[in-house]
Amino acid sequence: MRVVVCVKHVPDIQQPRSLRADGLLVRGGDDDTLNELDEDAVEAGLRTAEAAGFPAEGHDVTVLTVGPSAAVESLRRGLAMGASTAVHVHDDAVAGSDAIATARVLAAAVAKLHAEQPVDVVVAGMAALDGLTSLVPAALAELLGWPQLTLADRIEVADGVVSVRRETSTDVEELTAPTPAVLSVTDQAFRARFPNFKGIMAARKKPVTTWTLSDLDLAGTAVGAAGSATRVVNAAERPERPDRVLVTGDAETVPALVDYLSQKGFV
Amino acid sequence: MSEQDDRTRGAVAVLVDHLDGVVKPTARELLTLARGLDRQVHAVWVRAEGGPAAPTAELAAHGADIVHDVEVTGADAQLTASVVDALQTVLAAVDTVGLLLVPSTFEGREVAARLAVRTGAGVVTGASGVTFEDGRWSAHKTVLAGAWDTACAVTGPLAVVAVAPHAVQALAQDGVAEPSVVRHTAAASSAARAVTVVSRTRRPTSERPPLAEAEVVVVGGRGVEGDFSGVEELADVLGGAVGATRVATDEGWIGHEAQVGQTGVTISPRLYLGLGVSGAVHHKGGMAASATVVAVNSDPDAPIFEFADYGVVGDLTEVLPALTAELRRRKG
Repeated sequence: MRVVVCVKHVPDIQQPRSLRADGLLVRGGDDDTLNELDEDAVEAGLRTAEAAGFPAEGHDVTVLTVGPSAAVESLRRGLAMGASTAVHVHDDAVAGSDAIATARVLAAAVAKLHAEQPVDVVVAGMAALDGLTSLVPAALAELLGWPQLTLADRIEVADGVVSVRRETSTDVEELTAPTPAVLSVTDQAFRARFPNFKGIMAARKKPVTTWTLSDLDLAGTAVGAAGSATRVVNAAERPERPDRVLVTGDAETVPALVDYLSQKGFV
Repeated sequence: MSEQDDRTRGAVAVLVDHLDGVVKPTARELLTLARGLDRQVHAVWVRAEGGPAAPTAELAAHGADIVHDVEVTGADAQLTASVVDALQTVLAAVDTVGLLLVPSTFEGREVAARLAVRTGAGVVTGASGVTFEDGRWSAHKTVLAGAWDTACAVTGPLAVVAVAPHAVQALAQDGVAEPSVVRHTAAASSAARAVTVVSRTRRPTSERPPLAEAEVVVVGGRGVEGDFSGVEELADVLGGAVGATRVATDEGWIGHEAQVGQTGVTISPRLYLGLGVSGAVHHKGGMAASATVVAVNSDPDAPIFEFADYGVVGDLTEVLPALTAELRRRKG
């Protein structure tokens, strides 16, 4: 069983975040961290491989990221949780890629891994907490030409078939597709294990392969601003809500609140 | 006008979200938004073979000039790849479309992603509005948990914009001409045919409006201490939906489908009412686009008071019943 988990190194959402004058997110802070929804993806990838016998000869869980040098920290986190290998696509030309251009880099990396040793499933998180687009898993499936099974909360792989359970806003679905397939997982079902000391020490010795765009046969024009069909043209910090009211209240202040709701047309 | 201008200044298409033939409120909003752009509006209705036909009069009343009724053959019509196949069929038949609006649900965004890969389109998600400037479509959105406003221009030949609920208020017009209807059949691609739907079970529906689409949402947090009955009662008085914070769903006080936040349901109602909600960034990211925010919390230092239009520092067990009673009284 070979599993590839896509992860992203993102600014800590608990810290102040801001956009640059060109509209790109300020990255590279000391608190930048593995996108926490990707921890669930690593967990799902590990459990799926473990069900097939991982860790053992012939099984592999690779964590894959695209990003600046610091992104290697997120790979180390995935390795400390138990992944066996890591791939870091690091190329200055990638900076400024939108979600679709980023998916193009990930797809090229997955294709290269697949050519080396066949991949059974690719697992991604449900969103990255910086952009929150959730575009990448579906784009990745389309680029690879592999079936898409997103927002899974249960995964089984057997005899070359992936089965997932998922909840949409209206339905509960059970879907199957042949491997290789692209999956994403929700944050409801794969609570991530916490790396122990042994895992953290072992992670330091595990291999991290670094690839550039030329390793992936990708032109610089396929990524970055040149390869993105969107561009942020304006970014402004939002003003505070004007005319805010804060009262210390009990039942006696409720009529004033209802007056306010009434003025707004909600009563 | 150059050929390029023709294309980018061209028509607008809307993917109509529906459940078993019933048009979703957000789809009516998207059509209304499209009508306001003053272009020819193509509504795209995707269905299974023999599925419910497009309600053409309703779509026209909200803004559609032309309705494309697309039957998908060879795969389940609800799969992301099938919907993309249907859209591609329409885009191939109508080569003037420069802007496609889809709902900013998970399903809508996945459709946008795949279509972008196939066509070179640029995608913006979670948009609250669309404008045409300097020969390009631009979408506006709020990012970083409501802290920043951005405008994102699409430089590709086609703009696909996933629009958040309540970007505009849906408005039906009377006396609109019957739209022309074009029927299509879309043969599912191998991407769609590769996926088998083993089972699909409708989740139980609530009497209340769906969380993502509701105009009023009443949210309970840690402060409700396990009891959502008061939250539900207030929601019912206001005709709203019930939401919850991650703490409340993790504690099992209410189902996780009620979770509002960056990883749960993203809401942008006209009125958000937070009861015992602290306003942590996870939650804020899922509700910051709400028009009016009212919060009741006993902790004066709760972050929610930093972005509430109307905050009440008080004991929920006292304020909530009084609020529900007063609203009932005034509504008669």
